[in-house]
Amino acid sequence: MTDFFAAAATDDTPIEPSLPDGWELVVGLEVHVELDTATKLFCGCANQFGSEPNTNICPTCLGLPGSLPVMNESAVELAMRLGRALGCDVNRSVMARKNYFYPDMPKDFQTTQYDQPTNSDGRVVLGDGFVVGIERAHIEEDTGKSTHVGGGGRINDAEYSLVDYNRAGVPLVEIVSRPDVRTIDHAKAYVEELRGILLATGVSDARMEEGSMRVDANVSVRPHGSAELRTRCEIKNINSVRSLGRAIEYEARRHIDLWTNDGAPDQETRHWDEEGGRTTSGRSKEDADDYRYFQEPDLVPLEPSAETVAAIDAAMPPLPAARRAALLEASGADASAVGIVVERGQDGLAMAAIEAGAEPEKVVTRLVNDLAVDDWSKVEGEAFAELIRMESAGELSATQAKQILGDLVEQGGDPAEHAASRGFEAMDTGELESLVDQLIADHPEEWARFTGSDDGDRKKMQGFFTGQIMKATKGQADGKAVAQLLAQKSS
Amino acid sequence: MSARITRGDVEHVARLARLELTDEEIELFTGQLGDILEHAADIEALDVGDIAPTSHPLPIVNVFRTDEVVPSLDRDEVLGQAPVAESGQFRVPPVLGEEP
Repeated sequence: MTDFFAAAATDDTPIEPSLPDGWELVVGLEVHVELDTATKLFCGCANQFGSEPNTNICPTCLGLPGSLPVMNESAVELAMRLGRALGCDVNRSVMARKNYFYPDMPKDFQTTQYDQPTNSDGRVVLGDGFVVGIERAHIEEDTGKSTHVGGGGRINDAEYSLVDYNRAGVPLVEIVSRPDVRTIDHAKAYVEELRGILLATGVSDARMEEGSMRVDANVSVRPHGSAELRTRCEIKNINSVRSLGRAIEYEARRHIDLWTNDGAPDQETRHWDEEGGRTTSGRSKEDADDYRYFQEPDLVPLEPSAETVAAIDAAMPPLPAARRAALLEASGADASAVGIVVERGQDGLAMAAIEAGAEPEKVVTRLVNDLAVDDWSKVEGEAFAELIRMESAGELSATQAKQILGDLVEQGGDPAEHAASRGFEAMDTGELESLVDQLIADHPEEWARFTGSDDGDRKKMQGFFTGQIMKATKGQADGKAVAQLLAQKSS
Repeated sequence: MSARITRGDVEHVARLARLELTDEEIELFTGQLGDILEHAADIEALDVGDIAPTSHPLPIVNVFRTDEVVPSLDRDEVLGQAPVAESGQFRVPPVLGEEP
């Protein structure tokens, strides 16, 4: 278990910062996810991150006169799949134009859904059982990407902007939560859980750093025990789960400061400034939202049949919550360790290893501690189980087992074969014993300290002898067997 | 001036649409837009309680295309038609206002 805690400590474990007494946080989250389709939402241009600027563009996504959008069937299927995974109702839906003037959309509007979204009324259940309501999960197109040049690259004092339309028209789903979140930990856990659902369903690769998953937070505060909803601010430009926590905390404290000093926050969009660790006002009041939504006349309504929705439900892969429950039951391991294994998508491997007869708790611990790698696809459940068995039986030392696991990650195959080719023959107990005897004979002073009454000395010398043996055997000796032998000899 | 639309409404919409209108134009459009809305208001005289809102003039739903990539336009040709291009991108004046 010691190893596990060491691993957990490096894992940016959130520590809930406490807000001033008497105040409660109220957070709703808007998460945009790019759907994992081959093409854009309304045209056949590639939906591809990292292409050369303006190479995936056509008359439709450039908004040229005479072009017409045609809906991508896969995008709608993925959106409905996500909706069902979030427990939403899938509705008859209609696309709408959201009108605004900004060069990231050459059409001067974004095609989205307004009063008739595809998915509504769902929920996400977090690992600790907390429920976050989902108001809607609607389909829309992404905008182009603008880069501000000059004036330090800031939006307000740039000399000019460069626009790349590769992203314009990429299919998105915007998932709007209800304002149910009350703690920073739950806000982060919600985003992590959504990410797990997106990966499990294959709806999106959900990479925050590449922008295929983007999180905006609506933050307000209120006195504890109050049911009112006070003025909220929408925080944009949050690029990681860690930033989400920092941004919410900063914004909540700003609001509390205003309210307790006879002020009030303005309802506005604010930008998270990662370096400065603060939020800044995003737009002036005179530019307040007035998007003049109306139904998109160039696209017909989406009206999935009951059979279509039933087929989506039938094909739904197991979701993270169910997978955690299954592994928890099969392994009896610690819930947070199980959470890590499922988050990494290693629960299939864990279950296979347990089925192959490996000690369930050890499987989870080994995965958490030793398999934090990107690609473990070559490791077979049976091989992993065999490796754990070999280590438990003393046929491999802990160091050797780690090396063999490295071999399995790189090449796959059978651990016994890797052990043989590395020359990791199990050390004969007799051989080990004669080595220990030799060491004792060579180091009488150290041995006297080991057998003496000073506990501190004994521990130090245990380390000394174990180290010498490992050195002599090039790490092949089993640590447990060495400890046993030393204890035997001293009694 | 029509009761359905005021000078203020026209000024507001003109600002949203980034249009610069003269006083005479605001006056003219306030009247014209009012007339159009007045015309559309004729429908209020009809009983439409049993008619579902029309999403689309054609009674069809679920028109899709398959998710297959088709070639995009040639970048140089497209950028050649832009007033200014730089580094394979469209160069535009400093952006005022804010993205949605």
